[in-house]
Amino acid sequence: MKQPLFAVTKPGLQTTVQDLGRFGYQQYGISPSGAMDPYSMKIANILVGNDPVEAVLETAFLGPDLVAKSDMVVSICGGEFSLTVDGNTTPMWKSFLLKKGQTLAFGSCKKGARAYMAIAGGIDVPKILNSKSTFLNGKFGGFSGRSLKKDDIVYGHPLIRKPLKGLHTELIPNWGNHLNLRVIPGPHQSMFTKQGIHCFYNEEFVVTTKSNRMGYQLEGPRIEHVAGPDIISDPTPLGGIQVPASGQPIILMSDRQTTGGYARIGTVISTDIPLLAQAGPTSVIRFSSISVEEAHELYLKKQNLIKQFIIAAK
Amino acid sequence: MMQIEPLGDMGIRIKFGNIISEDIHREIQQFTSQLKDKPINGIIEWVPSYTNVAIYYQPDIISYSDLITELNTLYERTNKVEPFNSTVYEIPVYYGGEAGPDFSFIADSTGVSEEEVIRLHSSQVYLIYMMGFVPGFPYLGGLPNQLAVPRLPHPRPSVLPGSVGIGGNQTGIYPSEVPSGWRIIGRTPVKLFDIEDSPPVLLEAGNYLKFCPIDEAEFHRIKQLADEQKYTVTTYKRMEAR
Repeated sequence: MKQPLFAVTKPGLQTTVQDLGRFGYQQYGISPSGAMDPYSMKIANILVGNDPVEAVLETAFLGPDLVAKSDMVVSICGGEFSLTVDGNTTPMWKSFLLKKGQTLAFGSCKKGARAYMAIAGGIDVPKILNSKSTFLNGKFGGFSGRSLKKDDIVYGHPLIRKPLKGLHTELIPNWGNHLNLRVIPGPHQSMFTKQGIHCFYNEEFVVTTKSNRMGYQLEGPRIEHVAGPDIISDPTPLGGIQVPASGQPIILMSDRQTTGGYARIGTVISTDIPLLAQAGPTSVIRFSSISVEEAHELYLKKQNLIKQFIIAAK
Repeated sequence: MMQIEPLGDMGIRIKFGNIISEDIHREIQQFTSQLKDKPINGIIEWVPSYTNVAIYYQPDIISYSDLITELNTLYERTNKVEPFNSTVYEIPVYYGGEAGPDFSFIADSTGVSEEEVIRLHSSQVYLIYMMGFVPGFPYLGGLPNQLAVPRLPHPRPSVLPGSVGIGGNQTGIYPSEVPSGWRIIGRTPVKLFDIEDSPPVLLEAGNYLKFCPIDEAEFHRIKQLADEQKYTVTTYKRMEAR
């Protein structure tokens, strides 16, 4: 039976319900959405004994204040927030019992950008097209298709499980504001001049405030096209780096449009997406190229790390 | 001939050509219908577009090289696919008036009379080449050349759902409120996207669309039915001779 989990007393900057995303509908123009940093989301779930892809709360930069309406086991992972329970500092990356009546305050983000809160037993919101993720632009999914507001009450099926001890330090990322993102070149590499490509792989780019769940707009030296940025519209993957006429790259994220008309110089590999999702404005980015085979080695290594942790957590 | 290249580490892109053409589109449609009929383990989803198909996959289930082998096998079989029945959707449109603030601009700038703009725009059967941009938006082909007009110098911050527009040599319908630089010539009362509906998206790539002129009274009548989920779009089959 569903029970109230908590009441929102402060909504934070943007707090949404997200799971891994909505798949199978991009061919109809429906964005996948889903957690921007799926790594932290999965670890948060595993720490409370959930399926790694259960829906969580995602918050960015300035988190919410939540008053617990039931006893529940929770964990918060991701960027470093100044987390408190009834005013007492509480560590992230571990699970703990939150008691009815207690106030969990996320505070602001010190390092990284986004935090993920998993609740043992999950969040009760309807699945829309097989996902609990919020798609903000489409105004559907998650909690009424929007970010949480003051006085919202979020429901769930709270389970009391034995909280786990902390996490092996190897599993806790060290979020920095200097990132090296690895990129698989293409598919429109030939639309850039030699100089443009050289600039992309050798210069620094800065994350601007025009960055959100749709994409990260960067600022840096102009990446030069051979003859303009327009392509015949085609599908846009997660991490796709499109370069409009301004020569300033935009990296496409969870709520991206499913197709686009700008030339793309490369695609950030999935392993590095969490790093970008945890980068705030003024973070400095460098790009380097990598082969599919190398990227898959990194992908499998990370999957195995998570798998081992699931076993250890049981 | 198809060309395969990576699209990041979880995607692959199969290119069928370099131009917008019905032949390339048909080849892509036949290929994706094979993907649907003979699922390959590890593929999450695919997105067809004008010249290529993006396939998203899980590298822990299928390797890059195995996926390429499987896709090549699938491609070999594609040419033997039987012709299929396409659907034509009839989309009612109220041209001009408040629904089409740029309607008279089209007539003025092309020298085609207003009646003729409606006749030309609604006599064509448009091919839905692909879906994308926002939920339920169709990329259509087949706008008569006489109706091609430049986009607005400054895009509107938003257009009403159902707005029908022309931008360059393209025409289309906006399913939701979005910014647009297209010239808006009319509006359909039909919902192209409604998350409450199953399926939520009305149109599908590979099918056709025809605009049917209606007057303001008819617009409001259909709009009310559509809002109550009681309106069904007229469709008919179009046999492809291949």
